[in-house]
Amino acid sequence: MLRLHRLMEPNFVTRGLARAIEAAPPLYRAFTWLEEKTKHRLFGCRMCAQCALPTTAYACPQTCPKQLRNGPCGGAFPDGSCEVYPEMACVWVIAYERAEEAGRVEDLRRLVRPIDHTKWGQSSWINYWQGRDHGLWTEDDGLAAAPRL
Amino acid sequence: MTSSRDGRPAPEAQKRPYSRLHQRLASGDFAITAEVVPPRGATLSGIRRIATHLRDWIDAANITDGQGAVTRMSSWAGSLGLMQADVEPVMQFSCRDRNRIALQADLLGAYAVGIPNVLCLTGDHPRFGDQPDAKPVFDMDSVQLVWTARTLREEKRLLSGQQLSVAPRWFIGAVENPSAAPQRFRAERVGKKIAAGAQFIQTQFVFDVPIVERWMRQVRDLGLDKRCWFLCGVGPIRNRRVLQFLQALPGVYIPDHVVKRMLGVPEDQMANEALELCSETIQQLREIPGVSGVHVIASGWDDFIPEVLTRAGIGRRKPLDPAFEDAAAAVARPAGPGAARVSGGQPGAD
Repeated sequence: MLRLHRLMEPNFVTRGLARAIEAAPPLYRAFTWLEEKTKHRLFGCRMCAQCALPTTAYACPQTCPKQLRNGPCGGAFPDGSCEVYPEMACVWVIAYERAEEAGRVEDLRRLVRPIDHTKWGQSSWINYWQGRDHGLWTEDDGLAAAPRL
Repeated sequence: MTSSRDGRPAPEAQKRPYSRLHQRLASGDFAITAEVVPPRGATLSGIRRIATHLRDWIDAANITDGQGAVTRMSSWAGSLGLMQADVEPVMQFSCRDRNRIALQADLLGAYAVGIPNVLCLTGDHPRFGDQPDAKPVFDMDSVQLVWTARTLREEKRLLSGQQLSVAPRWFIGAVENPSAAPQRFRAERVGKKIAAGAQFIQTQFVFDVPIVERWMRQVRDLGLDKRCWFLCGVGPIRNRRVLQFLQALPGVYIPDHVVKRMLGVPEDQMANEALELCSETIQQLREIPGVSGVHVIASGWDDFIPEVLTRAGIGRRKPLDPAFEDAAAAVARPAGPGAARVSGGQPGAD
């Protein structure tokens, strides 16, 4: 998944594509519909449009009942199940285990900023390619120098 | 931020402590906080009563904020009740019920009326409370709320960028639970809260001291004990009903040997055994480098704290260094009996 992510990084092709799609509302709607179907099936995506998947080893934090962007909360059961819905696994426990396996636990140490609720339903890919995701999270764990919110 | 083990206040507390709790921690003394659940009613009499009872034994008391998603009086009102009885409050802020506009508003208001400590937590989901039909807000999480509090205080601005006329100046705390999954990540997670601005951490109930020892070892390895004070949550398993309740509580882990010990005594002796167990736990926690105090969760058992602190050899609170008493008192106490600060000016400004 991380290899796929690298293919999707903003470059002049994806930026041009994003501009073209945004300029044509029917095209934007179709693209967003496709994104929703794909990401929902793969990751449980809720279309917050400010995708945090790269920082959570591709476990969608919006599936968390508390909508945590800096999870997990203090209530996950020892077997990794969710405090609120014990029949489901805690998405942040999944994120941590995947990140640990991939050697990317430092991603989970970044501080993630509150989301912009006006963006629900937009295409996160378009936002990403247009550089609007800059600042969703800190560059590092914030311990060396106080990060700005 | 190092607390001075030889009793001298750390340099930052010499400037002006944020609160008496801050001053106590900075002095190197073992701090004691209590947890007070506000009433299901429009009266402060119960809070004032318990505050008067515990005043000499604790440095500050938390007022919970809709704990367990159960509707109670608000945390700000309960905090004022504590202050009326000369006990310093730690006002808890849960992210469950209010969005970022209301949270910032309440953070500002808290300082304006003299509340000198704020504790930022995500909060319990409505599902298991008395109002499961309520809308969960969770506009921010606990890391973001700590970060917001620090922004208000240090940058004198709102999240929107708007400047504040007067910046708040409370002591900022957060919560962590060393027993919750994934345990391996819990030191790094508390590191996020410290990076966001947390100056003290209170933990969930500790019944398994080795888990805390392991967690604090990781905390020390990350250097976090030099940047933050840690208070461990302790409390009594008073009877079988409480034992069942605690065993079902998410994030609370009671090891088998503790369960066996508590069930091994007759029900009418469980309270005494609970006192013994808790007193031993406190003594063990005191030995862990980096643990600066305990947070005693014993709502409904008024005499628990005096008893357990006596058994643990801690006793009543020693007076704070008088050189800082006035500064801390000016921050912690309102202008007069029952009066809330309304001027909006910085209390105790030098």
